[in-house]
Amino acid sequence: MAVTRNADAVAPVRSSGPVSIWITRHASTAVGSLGRLASQPFASLMIVLVIAVTLALPAAINLIVKNARTVSGSWDNALDFSVFLRPQLSASDAGKLAQLIGQRADVDAVDLILADDALAEFKQQSGFGAALDQLNDNPLPHTLVVRPGPGNTSASLILLQEEIGNLPETDHVQVDTEWVQRFHAILDIVRQAITIGAALLGIAIVVIIGNTIRLDIENRREEIEVTKLIGASNAFVRRPFLWTGFWYGLFGGLMALALVYYGLYLLEGPVARLSGLYQSKVAISSLNMTESGAIIGIGVFLGLFSSWLTAARHMRRIEPR
Amino acid sequence: MIRLENVTKRYPGGQEALSGLDLSVDKGEMVFVTGHSGAGKSTLLRLIALIERPTGGQVIVDSQNTRRVKRRKIPAYRRQIGMVFQDHKLLYDRPVFDNVALPLIIAGVSHRDAGRRVRAALDQVGLLHKEKQNPETLSAGEQQRVGIARAIVTRPKLLIADEPTGNLDPDLSLEVMRIFRRFNEVGVTLLVASHDISLIDRLGCRRIALEEGRLQQGSDPWQ
Repeated sequence: MAVTRNADAVAPVRSSGPVSIWITRHASTAVGSLGRLASQPFASLMIVLVIAVTLALPAAINLIVKNARTVSGSWDNALDFSVFLRPQLSASDAGKLAQLIGQRADVDAVDLILADDALAEFKQQSGFGAALDQLNDNPLPHTLVVRPGPGNTSASLILLQEEIGNLPETDHVQVDTEWVQRFHAILDIVRQAITIGAALLGIAIVVIIGNTIRLDIENRREEIEVTKLIGASNAFVRRPFLWTGFWYGLFGGLMALALVYYGLYLLEGPVARLSGLYQSKVAISSLNMTESGAIIGIGVFLGLFSSWLTAARHMRRIEPR
Repeated sequence: MIRLENVTKRYPGGQEALSGLDLSVDKGEMVFVTGHSGAGKSTLLRLIALIERPTGGQVIVDSQNTRRVKRRKIPAYRRQIGMVFQDHKLLYDRPVFDNVALPLIIAGVSHRDAGRRVRAALDQVGLLHKEKQNPETLSAGEQQRVGIARAIVTRPKLLIADEPTGNLDPDLSLEVMRIFRRFNEVGVTLLVASHDISLIDRLGCRRIALEEGRLQQGSDPWQ
């Protein structure tokens, strides 16, 4: 217990270089905050899970829209439309008409489906074979399947359909691809809705993290007071809470990614089955690097932002008494 | 080291804790402030620590007029002063070592330096062997010594203590005062608030007696 120092030794604290201090301080605070979260694993996990679900929800819906767009995009090119000819028209007249339309510059190809062929195919595919045998006449007309040329705009397409529709031989033009356009319009609405929903969920995350940090600050009020009493700045007492927010955001983002990937994994089988039914190879497109990074980045940003907002507001109020 | 000139502290509600107080403590002095509770001892220390600001007058600490210390600069100002409290104000979620190291961490001292200094401070209060224990497991006297180690670990020129022996029995009180005395001997200026007059008399230090926020009659502020 001997006092060995002399009066000269009673000097103010000298600190090491500012950058190394800054790094060391942050590293130890970061680890400390992480340890604090780990000391209450269940409570921390709950908050991380809430953040993860809140982030994963818009990400997943966005992914669904993206995939739906890809799938329907391949239908976009299939702009074929069917032209049902007048029932009285003979097969040879229908053939001539097919040739005539096929010569148009804005038409790529025309398929003629004769009424008899159509009936035969229908008998085969519908299973009504016996019933259809009872018919005296073939109720089906000759049909042309017109494939417009690639140079067509949607306006010229409508014009083409109208022109063919107005021909005397034509009974009715059936455009099969209108629903694709409608579907796209719906996707646009969904996408817009996600943006709004994601913004609302982002606010929810800020509130959740902010509230958690606020409780944390209240619980550590005495510690903050004592630390300030012995000379800690607002920045010093705020630092652990910023790191807590950072960790919440980071782990929330990572878990959100895990949730999305798990969802994709669950969907893989059913999608493969579905695409098998359509004899196509539709693979779900997953999150790319940018999107994955964005989810984590948004999580971290929201975590830091909300903890900073909360800590800045409350730290000033807590002063030693 | 400390000069108060005509210092008044009035709390909302009109109650005056200090009224026109003048006093001075030289560098290297060890001075006791005595008086009944409510005499203004704590208020005096709180003004020096800038926990509160005076309603009127000047408080000058180590040639700094506290009036000119801006709110943002208060933490840096407090770091120059060691403070000991009656209720220790230790943090019970961490061991003794971390409690004592806290001022060094705040000041940004490197880890290796901090370890050395913390052990030196603990050695001076005779608690080196308890550095890993939680303060809760220590006796009141030991807790107070941890508080003292924390106050001196940054080697401040000025140490202020508010009733440091308030919760201690006479033997432990004397022990704490002896520790203070040793710091004083190596040049630390001490201002200690206490009502334990018999103890103070045994140490033979200067006494400033306060009564209702003023100097008691017959007590000379300028020594």
